[in-house]
Amino acid sequence: MPMVLSDPFEALLNLQAALEGAFRANWLESSPSGSGAYPPINVFRKGDDFVVIAEVPGIKKSDLDIQVHGNAIRLAGVKSLDYSEKASVHRRERLAGRFDRAISIPIEVDADKVKAECRDGILALYLPRAERDKPRSIKLA
Amino acid sequence: MAKSQELSVQEKKEVAPKEEKTVPARFYVPNADIFETDSALTVVMEMPGVEKKDLSIQLENEVLRIEGRIDFSKYEELEPVYAEYNIGHYARAFTLSNKIDQDGITADLADGVLTLTLKKAKEAMPKRITIK
Repeated sequence: MPMVLSDPFEALLNLQAALEGAFRANWLESSPSGSGAYPPINVFRKGDDFVVIAEVPGIKKSDLDIQVHGNAIRLAGVKSLDYSEKASVHRRERLAGRFDRAISIPIEVDADKVKAECRDGILALYLPRAERDKPRSIKLA
Repeated sequence: MAKSQELSVQEKKEVAPKEEKTVPARFYVPNADIFETDSALTVVMEMPGVEKKDLSIQLENEVLRIEGRIDFSKYEELEPVYAEYNIGHYARAFTLSNKIDQDGITADLADGVLTLTLKKAKEAMPKRITIK
């Protein structure tokens, strides 16, 4: 019987372990993946549908271009840093530049029902499976 | 210049803490930019997924300690199938070399980026000396 974990830290650890398990799984390998690797993504399943989540800190909504076609998703955009010229820099770790990434997921997406949210530097794409792509159960006569 | 450059992925670094955490979960080091002007020190940190209410900023003994927590309840009903990064809280601490005006610290969180502006204390401001 699975234990019910009420401890939130235990829950986080479980999530981290689950992500570790799915780390670079060969799940996307069968499909050619665009020209770049940015932004890093995590893909989740939610029932029939898929959720793609990416970390895009510092990227404005207006600088993000998201396209969905069939089972292909394209994430493109530009990240810019604007700092005052007069400052002297002690540390520079953040990167700026443009990106263009395409991924294919193994379901056909209903492009009209895709929802995209970008909040606190996290981009979430809700990709509902197209009705015609959903599995049908066959009744035995 | 920045526009023509291809953006590359930065692997998340796990925190290697001096003090041990009492919780087993992983913490990550947020990428930071630090720069200084005559009057202030600015620390910019990337903490995607952290909300304002889950952010703690402390300045004690000239050590600036920032911790950002992720609300991972959002991931509850999601089953991971493919992952390129892990999710965790963020923690980072800096020892400040200049005297900072404790009341003059402002913090702003936007699009997962925390900008901390630390005003220098009056005695730490550079003095201009005019030659007679």
